Amino acid sequence: MSAEPMTPVRASRPRPAWHVATVVETRRETPTAARLVLDVPTWPGSEAGSHVDLRLTAPDGYQASRSYSIASSTPAGTTAEPPAGQVVLAIDELPDGEVSPFLVREVRPGDQLELHGPLGAFFVWRPGESDRPVQLIAGGSGVVPLYAMAAAHGAADDAARFRLLYSARTPADVFFADELTALAGPAFGLDLVYTREAPDGWPDAVGRLTRETLAARTIPAAERPRVYVCGSTGFVEAVARWLQELGHAAADIHTERFGGL
Amino acid sequence: MTDHLDGNVLAGALSEVFTGDVTAARARCGGCGRMSVMAEAMVYTNAPGLVARCAGCDQVLATIVDTGDRLILSLAGLTAIELRR
Repeated sequence: MSAEPMTPVRASRPRPAWHVATVVETRRETPTAARLVLDVPTWPGSEAGSHVDLRLTAPDGYQASRSYSIASSTPAGTTAEPPAGQVVLAIDELPDGEVSPFLVREVRPGDQLELHGPLGAFFVWRPGESDRPVQLIAGGSGVVPLYAMAAAHGAADDAARFRLLYSARTPADVFFADELTALAGPAFGLDLVYTREAPDGWPDAVGRLTRETLAARTIPAAERPRVYVCGSTGFVEAVARWLQELGHAAADIHTERFGGL
Repeated sequence: MTDHLDGNVLAGALSEVFTGDVTAARARCGGCGRMSVMAEAMVYTNAPGLVARCAGCDQVLATIVDTGDRLILSLAGLTAIELRR
């Protein structure tokens, strides 16, 4: 017998499948990233934090597939925003990438893409699952699944306290800047760290995230937050190590790494 | 320069084999006996396929090769996977 009852959400998680998506809208997200709004009529909905494998097929039949976090979520049984059947991705271009330059530069409304998903039951946040506070920590485009969690938290009016620490290169490199600012309030704290350039009059030092800043700008371990960390492999491993040094239990730290291939 | 991702990236390939999501399942490493969530494995994608290694001892836990018409899965480095119903 398990001590923890199964949640209905777990039982109703949709099976991953291949879907054909039509690009509805593309927009510049940051100087190096694009936001893609996709119409996916067969999409079964997805939990905040999950991802898709996106497959491109060249005219000669060569295929390349990459994983991308979903910036939207449509949990079963809630009012969907964005509407069911719509999937939002935000993709950062990797200079030597095989797939991301095409998605960021070449894709146009009306183009069709193949998606496999929704994928991943580990790096997800589910409304109503726990009233423990939640600390999100993002490096660069690693904010995408964490933005989905923050938006789902806002939409669900969930009681858990949320806080996001987001390390970005410059103000122009902040993904979902307007949306995150709009979400900020008593239930969602937003802390930005700039590594290259900050707005005029920014009170903090510009530079890489340090253990001291992490300690000062996150929910302390004594409050037992559930922590989600997403960024490059180096960022995630440094942050996860510091979190454990600061007293967070390894089991409370959820990590997702992305990388340049 | 670190060149690995993590077990979250296995979700798509493993969904073709298992009925539930396995990346949130705990598994036991055949090398060091460590029980950890599959999503926490180190996954190398710069091989012909995906290679998942134990974050504790570096043992190869699983390999997945997708040839288009076939999926070749080895779980030889694992001694158990805990699948929750």
